[in-house]
Amino acid sequence: MATTIKREYTFDKFFSGITFAAAFLVLAIIVSIFISLFRESLTAIDAFGFFGFISSTAWDPVREQFGAATTLYGTLITTLLALIMAVPVSLGIAIFITELCPKVLKPIFSTAIELLAAIPSIIYGMWGLFTFAPLMGEYIEPILQKSFKPIPLLGQLFTGVPLGIDILTTGIILSIMITPFIASIVRDTFALTPIQLKESAYGIGATRWEVIKDVIIPYSKTGIFGSVIIAMGRALGETMAVAFVLGNKHAIATSLFDASATITVTLANEFTEADGDLYLSSLFYLALILLGMNFLLLAIAKTFLARRGR
Amino acid sequence: MNHINEISKRKAINFFALSLAGAAAGLGLFWLIFILADVLRHGVAYITPALFLNEAAPPGLDGGGLKHAFIGQLLITLFAVLIGIPLGILGGTWLAEYGRHHSIGRLISTLSDIMISVPSIVIGTFVYAIFVKPIGHFSGFAGALALAIIMIPVVLRTTEDMMGLVPWEIREAAFALGAPYYKVILQVVYRGAATGIFTGILLAIARIAGETGPLLFTSFNNMFLTTNMNEPMPSLTVTIYQYAMGPYDDWHEMAWAASFVITLFILSLTILGRLIIRWKYKN
Repeated sequence: MATTIKREYTFDKFFSGITFAAAFLVLAIIVSIFISLFRESLTAIDAFGFFGFISSTAWDPVREQFGAATTLYGTLITTLLALIMAVPVSLGIAIFITELCPKVLKPIFSTAIELLAAIPSIIYGMWGLFTFAPLMGEYIEPILQKSFKPIPLLGQLFTGVPLGIDILTTGIILSIMITPFIASIVRDTFALTPIQLKESAYGIGATRWEVIKDVIIPYSKTGIFGSVIIAMGRALGETMAVAFVLGNKHAIATSLFDASATITVTLANEFTEADGDLYLSSLFYLALILLGMNFLLLAIAKTFLARRGR
Repeated sequence: MNHINEISKRKAINFFALSLAGAAAGLGLFWLIFILADVLRHGVAYITPALFLNEAAPPGLDGGGLKHAFIGQLLITLFAVLIGIPLGILGGTWLAEYGRHHSIGRLISTLSDIMISVPSIVIGTFVYAIFVKPIGHFSGFAGALALAIIMIPVVLRTTEDMMGLVPWEIREAAFALGAPYYKVILQVVYRGAATGIFTGILLAIARIAGETGPLLFTSFNNMFLTTNMNEPMPSLTVTIYQYAMGPYDDWHEMAWAASFVITLFILSLTILGRLIIRWKYKN
């Protein structure tokens, strides 16, 4: 009897040990990602420093001059564009699901929107390259150009030859990809609004939109903010869809119809071709910067989402 | 009179705003249908037996297939699943059971959530640095490792959540019979959480099946059939990228066909996972 108990105790220790090891592995992986990317970047860090690297627009493998400014700019500008388009649409979708959609259709419609997130990024790329970009280049962008170019300042955004392989197309595709993330988190946050608050507003004669605008949205603002940051993280790290439609050009673009490059696309296109230690190290440095930005954003988003509904 | 005007104005605004929300919902559906219909339209036409039975033909020649890429994709995914799923389930078990009150458990849980959103291409560069570079060549194993790393936090968090849904009283009932904790977990908690964990696995596989970025510089690519995981290995996704960017029409056709197959696979898994969740947790 006593030996059985002892054996069971040993087994239990053993099982708790291996499960702990597996859980700890996640921590170990994250730490080693940071350490190994940092170590691989050291050559580039030594050569260019931090501010020197992120402020330099050079990307010249032949003369071994590298800077992150162009790719960082491409990454941020496409992400910003995607957010501008995705946030209102996602809020609309969340409002539709929580307040307007007939109950029987709710699960079907929610799943349909979430399927947008399940479609792999390379499929967005294929569709973007062969179907959507030609559509943009032939029909939509010329129309935009015609209507906006005469306007001073704003017109600058619509100069150049609209080919469809550009920042605007990329921004639209990214916005489609991040919409389901924002919509589903915001939908869950909307559902956390206490029914008493909504009913008191209805009770004093508020219309449905006034309840949404003055009760539900203010109550959900931390959740909305958190979801937008998560979506931003996704857009920053999106690779394949962008690789197909952005054109991979290292330059600071001033028009929506210019090609550009993001950190992820640069990695995807140049990593296996990088000859020379400094070239490869600079690519690792880009990856490290991307990882750092992403980690920071997600940590902020987690704090906001944890405070949600309090 | 003014009062009535005010009311009808508010009603008009209400109608307008809610119509916009409806339009946004319509836009979401529009994109989904547009993309899926496009993949279907292009893909179905090029699904031929040769696609699955033949290996790549020399560039420009007819009659090639993607057999090598299908087999490579299966092998890489299989190995990723073999590494990622046990580790994810075990780790999730610790977080939900032994470590549920430890602060390090909460830290790991939060970090996993963050890691789920780390750009997958960064995982690719990491595996390149720790695996490909030291051994000196690309390999199927490296690709599987990258996918496994992407998979672990997903499986781990689902396992943790699903085991947390099993009522604590059920564990106490088993404890009261004198069962040690590991037996309670293996025979009681796992049984209660099995459907949920299974769904998590389906969704994790769906997630890695479409990954391209992390494979570009780990398993790389290969135009030939290989089952040696220690060599560069073709995958469907990397092949789609290469073929789509290539100059030949038949490459584009095969890329579409492969896109169709992979989309069908991933969407079926995702929908299946959702149906299981609804069927299990609704009642």
